Amino acid sequence: MEELTYIAKRILQMIPVLLIITFVIFFGMRLIPGDPALLLLGNRASDEALAAMHKKLGLDQPLITQYFLFLKQCITFDFGDSLSMKTSVTGLFRQKAVITVSLTLMTIFFAMLISFPLGYISGMMHDRKIGAFIDSLSLIFVSVPEFLIGLIMLIVFALNLKLFPVGGWGTTVPEHIRSLILPSFTGALGTAALVLRNIRGNVIDVLQKDYVDFAYSKGLSSWRIRSSYIFRNVMISTVTLLTMRMTYMLAGSIVIESVFALPGLGQMMLNAILARDYPVVQGTVFLFAIIVLVMNLITDVLYSILDPRVKLN
Amino acid sequence: MAGSVLLEVKDLHTDFASEDKNVHAVNGVSFSIMEGEIFGLIGESGCGKSVTCRSLIRLVKKPGKIVGGQILYQGKNILECSEKEMQKIRGKEIGIIFQEPMTTLNPVLTIGQQLMESFKEPGMTRKEKKTRAAQMLRLVGIPSPEERLDSYAHEFSGGMRQRAMIAIALASRPHLLLADEPTTALDVTVQDQIIRLLLRLREELKMSMVLVTHDLGVVSMMCDHIAVMYAGVIMESADAGTIFKRPANPYTYGLMRSIPSLEKKGGELYSIEGAPPDLDHMPEGCPFAPRCEFCEEICRKSIPELAETEPGHFTRCHRAECMGSLLADSFLADTVKGGTSDV
Repeated sequence: MEELTYIAKRILQMIPVLLIITFVIFFGMRLIPGDPALLLLGNRASDEALAAMHKKLGLDQPLITQYFLFLKQCITFDFGDSLSMKTSVTGLFRQKAVITVSLTLMTIFFAMLISFPLGYISGMMHDRKIGAFIDSLSLIFVSVPEFLIGLIMLIVFALNLKLFPVGGWGTTVPEHIRSLILPSFTGALGTAALVLRNIRGNVIDVLQKDYVDFAYSKGLSSWRIRSSYIFRNVMISTVTLLTMRMTYMLAGSIVIESVFALPGLGQMMLNAILARDYPVVQGTVFLFAIIVLVMNLITDVLYSILDPRVKLN
Repeated sequence: MAGSVLLEVKDLHTDFASEDKNVHAVNGVSFSIMEGEIFGLIGESGCGKSVTCRSLIRLVKKPGKIVGGQILYQGKNILECSEKEMQKIRGKEIGIIFQEPMTTLNPVLTIGQQLMESFKEPGMTRKEKKTRAAQMLRLVGIPSPEERLDSYAHEFSGGMRQRAMIAIALASRPHLLLADEPTTALDVTVQDQIIRLLLRLREELKMSMVLVTHDLGVVSMMCDHIAVMYAGVIMESADAGTIFKRPANPYTYGLMRSIPSLEKKGGELYSIEGAPPDLDHMPEGCPFAPRCEFCEEICRKSIPELAETEPGHFTRCHRAECMGSLLADSFLADTVKGGTSDV
């Protein structure tokens, strides 16, 4: 019950935050020079044609009216039609979200697949050479930028070895999965390196704790000690880091989707900004904002579930 | 009460090795613990008593390592046991409790879960395990135990945590309980309760105990037999009465003189001058020689052997023969001085 009131309270608190975000998106977008009508009609358009286009797009209204129209759109979650593409913004979401969501999930999956075993081994064997080796390897991947790794991956695995497509999304599910492997692996490396280092640090820390010795002194099996004593205590801060990185990946999707030509939300937003496609940019940023706020709430709830010392209030 | 030997330690060596040095934290310690006895291991901080204690259940913190000797539990050398065999000995035969209950209890498991995971008899239902877990909490004096099973360590007070930790250590009914400074982190009233609890449990469960402490008050209340450790070796050992009445080693004597007493109120409290030697740079002779007020030429040159001065009373001192009368004189002088400062 206490938890539910807390969650309800947090959701209510999101409203003012979202309000501020709408303000920043709307006026921020208007601050960028460039006219969507001009971009649509071309440089040689006549003044009359431009005025007609402005009227058609609703850009002749005073800014404040346009802002309140946008607010109304946020509440109904209907952002009207795209200026540059002839479909509704929510329709575009439906089309593109599946790509970005599967990219994010696959990236997290790869990140966990790499970081969990390696982080654990590197922590357990921190006093041996193998532990130090994994540790220094992870340091490299923390510091190399994603687009660089992405380009190397493309050259090696797509161009030379021809194991994966160079870009695009394909038409069938197996094709979708094949085209997601390189981008998600690329996006996963940085996160994996960070999570690995977090796990390694936590394992070293937990191994020093008396409760691990106490667990051994009770004659528990090493499986039980590893799962209920070491792993559960290690995971407390790691899960927080992972969920935080998921919101980071949303922003990262702009880079990854561009490098690998994946037609997801990130690429759509980038193109929309270039085309000054106000409804698409505003709608996408608003959607991202909601996702980030909800992820933060999920992080806090997960944290309190994993660590009984943390109370939700 | 003294029956047969339960645990015998022979020439135990535990080292802490780092890249550039190798420290002998326990440097050839031998003693035996009788069935049903409370054996006190005392000394200053860093003398190796805790490491000795942890060695007995083979849980020395890294980079510490047992490098030599024998630990015979009911005649079996546990240093030769595999990890699998150790798993059977730990908990069921030998249990241990630590100084800080807050860090000894797993923060993410309830007290009930930490108790029940010790009950491994096949065919035991969850309900039976719960009942037995509650019994354990009642045994250590935790009120309304059924409700407390679902509590976490951070929801307990310091004394209750200590009781819960004792309950968990005793869940598999070990024959020998190692208590590594069990009262040091507690305030005095709680200390007293925990000591009484341990004494009662010893009677009820018929177990033996190794008590590691630097608190001579606790030792005098609880122990049957005492070994005084200094710089990784035993300086003196005897039954508790003998040690407190006739200490035969200057170090033991120094420790006893530093106990504050109500009678000598007002005088300056005695303390042994200097600090224990750096285990890295041990003095050539007796490790206590640089701080000893009875030190002579020979003490700085060779390490004395642990020798028997009277039946069952061992001391490591070159001047063991005349120490009895020397200490008696010093003790007399001390009381006279204490008497004058009282005025």
